[in-house]
Amino acid sequence: MYLSKDEEAILEGSRGEAAAIAMKLLVTIGDIFDAQRLIPVTSAQVSGISYKTIGDEGLEFIEEFARKGAAVNVHTTINPAGMDMENWREMRVPEDFAQKQERIVSALQKMGAKPTCTCTPYLLPERPKFGDHLAWAESSAVMYVNSIIGARTNREGGPAALASAVIGKTPLYGYHLEENRTPTIGIHVKSNLENELDFSLLGYYIGKNFPDKIPLIELEKSNLNEVNLKALGAGMATSGIQGLYHIKDVTPECKQRVFDVCERIIVERSNLSDVKESLSEQCSPEFICIGCPHCSIDEMEYISNIAVKGRFKKRVIIYTSRHVWSIAKKRGYLDRIINAGGRVVRDTCMVVSPIEKVGIGEVVTNSTKAAYYLSALSRVKTVLKSLGEALEYARNGN
Amino acid sequence: MEIKLRGRGLVRGIVEGEALVSSQPISFLGGVDPATGIIKERGHELEGYTVTDKVLVFPHSKGSTVSSYVLFSMARRGTKPLGIVNTVSDPIVAAGCVLGNIPLLDKLEIDPTKAIITGDYLTLNATEGFLVIRRSQISNVW
Repeated sequence: MYLSKDEEAILEGSRGEAAAIAMKLLVTIGDIFDAQRLIPVTSAQVSGISYKTIGDEGLEFIEEFARKGAAVNVHTTINPAGMDMENWREMRVPEDFAQKQERIVSALQKMGAKPTCTCTPYLLPERPKFGDHLAWAESSAVMYVNSIIGARTNREGGPAALASAVIGKTPLYGYHLEENRTPTIGIHVKSNLENELDFSLLGYYIGKNFPDKIPLIELEKSNLNEVNLKALGAGMATSGIQGLYHIKDVTPECKQRVFDVCERIIVERSNLSDVKESLSEQCSPEFICIGCPHCSIDEMEYISNIAVKGRFKKRVIIYTSRHVWSIAKKRGYLDRIINAGGRVVRDTCMVVSPIEKVGIGEVVTNSTKAAYYLSALSRVKTVLKSLGEALEYARNGN
Repeated sequence: MEIKLRGRGLVRGIVEGEALVSSQPISFLGGVDPATGIIKERGHELEGYTVTDKVLVFPHSKGSTVSSYVLFSMARRGTKPLGIVNTVSDPIVAAGCVLGNIPLLDKLEIDPTKAIITGDYLTLNATEGFLVIRRSQISNVW
């Protein structure tokens, strides 16, 4: 890979040990993918923040990296932590876990990262623009920002995104190049997608059956909005390795270029029902967990409108970012949800918090991503319902 | 007998040692105990083997990017492999080798998981990009 004199110097240690390690990491990844050079990025999103996922090994590295003088060079946001950073005691998070979680976030803050603690950085005020190059980890956010905003990022790993944050650059390969962004399979959906669960099921179906293809999706009459598109990408990123999709006449790159695909398949309602069944188990959960990916302000409003109809008979936990949380608080949504017996938790989610340690064994959720990881990481049984159905279940108690 | 193969050096360094070969991908997160260096993934063909101070040969890694931190941690605890040879490396193992200072070589002229057998004595030169395999017993693999 070609390096400028400045980049060479950083590799040799001109900006300290941490920057040299970060540069070495980017150059090595660039070499793997035959990248010709590094390009500047406008932001980085770092994954691997929860102590539950990175453990003592991750904590060790992040603290040592900070000690060696690592400092971010671009706007850097971070994934959800393993707990609400303020109200962790209320969540009954073990003391030892909480201390280590605080050490991880404070080491990242020392480097200059913003403690956003969310998987939805595209819902924050510093939203990337069309054509921006980014270094984002968090596969669901990569899906959204590539597909819906038309920015360009690969599906980075946690360490690579952190290295890009420090250097302010990423190797030029993959989705940064226009020729790698063209669709490779057509997906014609012959069913009306009504809610976020339908979109989540479709995403999961595409990722599972065509894990490395970039789909060009054709929808019949469907309810397209930010919430549903967020669910589509998160589902696809869970079962597939791709980081981009297109929707005919909808996503920005489809409006700029005419895409053509050789292979085209049809998806029907039965395909989506099969996915739903494969991710659901027979059980009657006491807990309803919503917010994978983190709830947007629109979802908070919807939930609060249901909440005013009466108290929940089941335990409802809503996960969101501290950013959306504070807007929801101002607008009164939080009070409405809390008054109905629900809880709103910031900075974390059902997947990366130690949910199994606080006695939650069965969960209703509206997200295929949450269903998959709850079962795989925490051995929690799940039932998939749309947000509307899940809240009805919570209100009726069955 | 001795054979020299050219490859792509990704993380520089020169090491010599015994080979431990897996035809299956390895997940360092959950698959290897960083305290002991023992492969603990159930049903893995190397389950129970120790990677410490071996030249570890496998196709590529699998699983979470947290695996990179596990290799870093193994380096700090002194349980890391001497070096790694992959069929084709991926960003997870490469990042781990950078953080743990473990020489890494891939894309050899022959698939290393087929050319090398556990117990072969290897010289891994990731600085210049080659691997020397020495085998004491006569074998029909070559």
